[in-house]
Amino acid sequence: MSQVAAVHPGVEPAESPLTPESWGKLGMWLFLAGDAMSFGGLLAGYGAIRFGSADWPVPAKVLGIQLTALMTFLLICSSVTMVKALSAIRKGDRRGLVRFLLGTILGGVIFLGLQAYEWTHLITTVLPPQGLTFTQHLFGTTFFVLTGFHGMHVTGGVIYLSCIAVQGARGKYSPERNDPVELVGLYWHFVDLVWILIFTFVYLL
Amino acid sequence: MATAHAEPNYMAIFGWLFVLTVVEIGVIFLPIAKLLIAIMLVGLAISKAALVAMYFMHLRFERRTLAVIAATPMLLCVLLVFALLPDHSAVPHQSAASSPRPAAAPK
Repeated sequence: MSQVAAVHPGVEPAESPLTPESWGKLGMWLFLAGDAMSFGGLLAGYGAIRFGSADWPVPAKVLGIQLTALMTFLLICSSVTMVKALSAIRKGDRRGLVRFLLGTILGGVIFLGLQAYEWTHLITTVLPPQGLTFTQHLFGTTFFVLTGFHGMHVTGGVIYLSCIAVQGARGKYSPERNDPVELVGLYWHFVDLVWILIFTFVYLL
Repeated sequence: MATAHAEPNYMAIFGWLFVLTVVEIGVIFLPIAKLLIAIMLVGLAISKAALVAMYFMHLRFERRTLAVIAATPMLLCVLLVFALLPDHSAVPHQSAASSPRPAAAPK
């Protein structure tokens, strides 16, 4: 019997050394692997379209890099607060857990606000004169589909984080029982990771 | 709980992510070949993604199974990119501005 199973009898004894200790983590990782394929499909399709295009504009000239850099920094910070939230509840610091979860949520909400501002600016002012809107050019189509799909994930993540924060505030988590916090963390880091890739391939490359 | 280990220095990882992001933005302004810039950007992005995955998402300290589950989409996505390459010129991509206006449809 593994040492883990001996210490945590609530967990089934592992059938093999390959079985993860936590079913929740296994489930979340499997979900994230599938979600990664969704984003991967969109990014690969974007690459194929862009690679074969004769008149693709230079993204750095059309899109606002400064604002996007701030958004990237924001999401990275929110990943740090997320990791600190998990660390807090593992030490039994419930107030720290809720505080850092709220910080993560705040990061996500500000990110969405900045994205809404960016989209509005692009849709009303920047793209139409250059003929690059959602319907006029695949540049616009791929941009809005990619960032929109990601933005939906951030929105879902903010809602998910809020649910966990409420449960945390109610004292449902402890150093012994904090799997749900770890799982929401995995989802949130995934959202950050995808943004890192989108930032690189859509804005910078 | 994964195998016992000291908590990674999250702030150090954050520092690295910040530095790598700044370098990424700086790279696009370098006066070198586009292909070189692209290679550097991909390398930097992969490094950042790896840091988030291994330390924030804890993969470094988990059972191997989770790392395999996480690595599989990466491999599949690379294959996907190569699978799509032959189709890149299958559809003519012309914006509304550059394509000739179609003749008026008959009533």
